[in-house]
Amino acid sequence: MDPIHDSARALARAVNARDASAAEIAEALIPHAARADAQLAAYLELTPELMRAQARRVDERVAAGESLPLAGVPLAIKDNMCVLGTRTTAGSKILENFVAPYTATAVQRLLDAGALPVGKTNLDEFAMGSSGENSAYALTKNPYDLDRVPGGSSAGSAAAVGGFAATVSLGSDTGGSIREPAAFCNVVGFKPTYGRVSRYGLIAFASSLDQIGPFARSVEDAALVYDVMAGKDPLDATSVDRAVEPTAGHLREDLRGVKVGIVKEFDLAKLDPAVRACYEAAYADLERLGAELVEVTLPTADYGVATYYLIAPAECSSNLARFDGVRYGLRVDGPDVGAMYERTRAAGFGPEVKRRILIGTYALSSGYYDAYYLKAQKARTRFAEDFARAFERCDVIASPAASTTAFKFNAKSDPLAMYLMDYYTIPVSLAGLPSLSVPCGAAVPDDGTRPMPLGLQLATPLFTERALLGYAHAYERATQHAQKLTPPETANA
Amino acid sequence: MPADRIDIRHVARLARLALTDDEIATFGPQLGSLMTHVDALAQLDTENVPATAQVIPSRNVQRGDALRPATMLTREAALQNAPQAQAGYFRVPRIIAEEG
Repeated sequence: MDPIHDSARALARAVNARDASAAEIAEALIPHAARADAQLAAYLELTPELMRAQARRVDERVAAGESLPLAGVPLAIKDNMCVLGTRTTAGSKILENFVAPYTATAVQRLLDAGALPVGKTNLDEFAMGSSGENSAYALTKNPYDLDRVPGGSSAGSAAAVGGFAATVSLGSDTGGSIREPAAFCNVVGFKPTYGRVSRYGLIAFASSLDQIGPFARSVEDAALVYDVMAGKDPLDATSVDRAVEPTAGHLREDLRGVKVGIVKEFDLAKLDPAVRACYEAAYADLERLGAELVEVTLPTADYGVATYYLIAPAECSSNLARFDGVRYGLRVDGPDVGAMYERTRAAGFGPEVKRRILIGTYALSSGYYDAYYLKAQKARTRFAEDFARAFERCDVIASPAASTTAFKFNAKSDPLAMYLMDYYTIPVSLAGLPSLSVPCGAAVPDDGTRPMPLGLQLATPLFTERALLGYAHAYERATQHAQKLTPPETANA
Repeated sequence: MPADRIDIRHVARLARLALTDDEIATFGPQLGSLMTHVDALAQLDTENVPATAQVIPSRNVQRGDALRPATMLTREAALQNAPQAQAGYFRVPRIIAEEG
């Protein structure tokens, strides 16, 4: 048993068979994660005491005869999810001293299944960003090149798994915040259908889009985590009351006869030649594995970023109104209560959060609501319709997860340029579809010498997670791209 | 001029956000350029298209009007993160002016 490099499946199997103990996995991970994190800054806080206490409980339960699907599996948790007794900051100064008084349902289900919490991971403040650079606390590094971003907003969760500082992790995805960093860090990142996983205990950004999902180093491990946390939760009224098909152990192994839609509007010619070559090879591999490539059209594709940057900021401006210095978080006093609100929010929020609050407030303000917010809500219907029409011709849609490899820190100072990073992931989010990014190769960036990973985005119709994970598993099994790269700086950590 | 499209000071007041002059100077053009990008949306035909608030069909969710102690915060837990608490309440600055 190798507690650092083994899959979640292998670790759980060893612990359940009592070939290994959760305690020895925890004792191996605790110093290793700390060492790896000195380079990666993936974690805002490591939680060794929690991990040890949980390992003891897991070993006791296994000794009592229980079999736990995630027994002894090291898990990193994005710091916008509440874990009882841990500081939960959402990467924001406004929550610097917030200690969660309860645990998010998704996290609780994983703990109940035997997962060991390694720590809370860094993120763009309130999950708003595509590089991780908007965190108020730390700059998480890409494990494949420490001079580059890990992607965002689930920056630390992607880097921790990619850099072997956790076996699996939880992220949240609103417009691409799981899939884009997964692509940048050579890991699988999976966003289930909207409503599949409870959002109870997830600090809200854009409630109609936010969804929790796993990062893992294989599709099968992502499926294992998903199976445990999916399903109705009475504490989240928007969680869907619909039977969840188990996926792990039920994934197809080949792509014969599968119709893969390639979106006409997602023109690869727009991409850097090395990136384009990688995606062309990925499409060719799908075909070689027996899939039939079918051209589909998403006439709304180019309106995705515009639609998203009305809906998400509008919901953000409403959700973040709760940070007013009254019940939790920072308070900056003023001569009256209005000044207290304004000063608290001015001191507590970073620039990107302020920008989005301003955009959202503007889009919802009197006289602009119909032109912006309502228009975007209608556009969202068009996205859902476009995808439904596309799925009449194919089983799964394949596209790039990101238009570039991971870029260097401070490379994108213009907010709009950063927003356009989510060009491929946003339309899928607007339609609420299950979607993932699976490693599909690497390209050497213009300003670098080392090949950096890329991810293939797959998306399927609502509630077809098993099919989606199956296509990805078949592709991964035949291509093994993730194994072809090793994170250089942490390889010997 | 895109920079002048949004009255940042007015919007910031609506959002209860104090901004510095530097922030106003930076955010103005940034939001202007984003809104110019967003303007393209006007070209998308949404005539007779209903609005979608979220894509998964849902009905009103109801539950029995009963206590669920397992998921209730104690008063102490609810107040543990309060910037100021007093006698079991959140303490806030005076909202109503004194008489006279």
